[in-house]
Amino acid sequence: MPSALIEKSFRTKRLPHIWCPGCGHGILMRDVAQAIENCGLDPDKVVIVSGIGCSSRAAGYMNYNTLHTTHGRAIAFATGVKLANPDLHVIVITGDGDCTAIGGNHLIHACRRNIDLTVVVFNNNIYGMTGGQYSPTTPHGEKGTTAPYGNIDYNFDIPKLAEAAGATYTARGTAYHAPQMIKLIEAGIKNKGFSLIEGLSVCPTYYGRKNKKGSAIKMYNWQKDNCVDVKKAEKMTAEELEGKIIIGEMSHSEKPEYTDMYKEIIKKCGGDK
Amino acid sequence: MENNKKLVINPAWCKGCGICAEFCPKKVLQVIHEKVQAVNEEACIKCGLCELRCPDYAIYIEKEGE
Amino acid sequence: MAKRFQLLQGNEACVEGALAAGMKFYAGYPITPSTEIAERSAIRLPQVGGKFIQMEDEIAGIAAALGASVAGLKSMTATSGPGFSLKQENIGYACIAEIPLVVVDVQRSGPSTGLPTSPSQGDYMQAKWGTHGDHPVIAISPASVQETYNLAVRCFNLAEKYRTPVIFLMDEIIGHLREGCELIPAEELEIVNRGDHNVTGMPYAVSEGNYVPEFACFGEGEHYNVTGLFHDVDGFPTNNNEIARNAEQRLMDKIDMNLDDILDWEEVGTEDADVAILCYGGTTRAAKGAIEQAEAEGLKVGLFRPITVWPFPDKAVEELSKKVKHIVVAEHNYGQMLGEVKRVAKDNCTVDFIGKIDGTTLTPADILNKVKEVL
Repeated sequence: MPSALIEKSFRTKRLPHIWCPGCGHGILMRDVAQAIENCGLDPDKVVIVSGIGCSSRAAGYMNYNTLHTTHGRAIAFATGVKLANPDLHVIVITGDGDCTAIGGNHLIHACRRNIDLTVVVFNNNIYGMTGGQYSPTTPHGEKGTTAPYGNIDYNFDIPKLAEAAGATYTARGTAYHAPQMIKLIEAGIKNKGFSLIEGLSVCPTYYGRKNKKGSAIKMYNWQKDNCVDVKKAEKMTAEELEGKIIIGEMSHSEKPEYTDMYKEIIKKCGGDK
Repeated sequence: MENNKKLVINPAWCKGCGICAEFCPKKVLQVIHEKVQAVNEEACIKCGLCELRCPDYAIYIEKEGE
Repeated sequence: MAKRFQLLQGNEACVEGALAAGMKFYAGYPITPSTEIAERSAIRLPQVGGKFIQMEDEIAGIAAALGASVAGLKSMTATSGPGFSLKQENIGYACIAEIPLVVVDVQRSGPSTGLPTSPSQGDYMQAKWGTHGDHPVIAISPASVQETYNLAVRCFNLAEKYRTPVIFLMDEIIGHLREGCELIPAEELEIVNRGDHNVTGMPYAVSEGNYVPEFACFGEGEHYNVTGLFHDVDGFPTNNNEIARNAEQRLMDKIDMNLDDILDWEEVGTEDADVAILCYGGTTRAAKGAIEQAEAEGLKVGLFRPITVWPFPDKAVEELSKKVKHIVVAEHNYGQMLGEVKRVAKDNCTVDFIGKIDGTTLTPADILNKVKEVL
């Protein structure tokens, strides 16, 4: 018998999930469910939309309306769901490749529209499902099966990218810092507008092995030792922050939300009668 | 320690990654033969960190009445 | 109240027909010669409480339309050749996930950017084989503005009834043609809507003798899973070969077992004809002109026009091939439906082709000359 949260929020018959031992995705998926629970959302009105990749298998496990779409297109599908029925709480679970490579265009344009979606990126720094190719978030110099001599691409800072594109809430958390991650997702759900929360995952199988990061436990310890909360980081020097990853709420602003503005258009046209 | 809480392990779902044991503040847990076990249960303070960090939902703190 | 009779472009009639059918959502990306469909949808949808969104690209256009359909709204996206290529992956997704959707392709010359934006029927095969894997296809092709209105309604009805994407295969000629059009109100039309469904936990199960699952829309309380992976009746992915085979078979069967309902064609004067002109969509005007002239010259020429262009009307064309001595296939391409006609006609009659691949259109004289050639 699983815990009350798991029993309520997951399709327990589908568990255990397919993710590898030590993979951070299970932790992040639980964080999403806990945040939904903490926000008190009606499960009938929650829609989880995902794309393709390790992260996107999450949709099949979660006990809501779930839409497992095509590679990169989760945010575009989610935009249709939300605009069609703004009463639905639409949460996108996507990965670093799904969201910022093949789906990068949809990401920035959804940010620009400030449509009320909550996008949680399970960032494992690699294409896991296809066996360890470098992604837009594989750090510069690190390895993947398609970067055998080291990655010469520079990696995205996803919250910064989303903020610049117009998202009204951006944050970064980690699988290790679960209590904080839950709060960040909660804040993203509560934000009436486009929210992006990057969740740094751990991929011991491909990213870890390819880059000699050691066991899953070592990788979680790395997150513990090298992630600095944004408030603490403000008081640190550039030298002190060298090699560190800043986590916490990155930006929060307010502007009219897309489906609200569209409702006004319908009113103006007399379509609400 | 809260008496109305209980540490529960579901070995069927445990993949033996050891994250719970590594970060248990009271060193209650240990992975034995690829499954986690509570080897020092009386020290458990029911903080629930293992539950938060278990990727496989194989360990949790059950509250009474649940 | 909109005027019942209006002078409309085919593209505009497409939108009006879609609205009569209950379209409440449009997502797309601008592309000539289909853009008027987006423009009119942008004006008209909010007037009826519907939603329009211009997406960042063609793929996002179909994706958002599919999302809206899952959330319960009758949805449409429209495009032309290059955009139709981009949408293909998600057309396959809609097939396997069984999401109703109307995809309009106002065909233009290609490949690639081609001759922007001269008329063409070069997407006939793409409408069937554009997306990967085996999948069912319904494609409908109109030959006039009025028919565009009427068939837009039919596309929505078929999409809802069979839970599948329906390709509305228009072409530049019909899309930009202006004719009088009767905007038949919804009350006078047969409209298929998604009904109320019981929560069964088996969203993809079908009742005995039926091929189409009936499941609730998102938000109605049934927490089911929609996926492009092969799935069991419960909606969850499976690697089980037997379940996958049965699922694929049902997808094909739901179309193949309902051909009487899905197929539609126009057949005129073929009973005692020596030659039948076989055409569809934008070539029909020239074919009808050729037949008029042929009659004046005492030639016996009939017309066979598939309206449902996929699935191909095998039986009807086979019968046709037994009635006439010659079939002349007229298409604005290098010969695409031609292959289907030859496959079905076998040696029953001769099958010849007249086409155009230079961006111009067939004239009645072009077709008549071909008819005389084969006689």
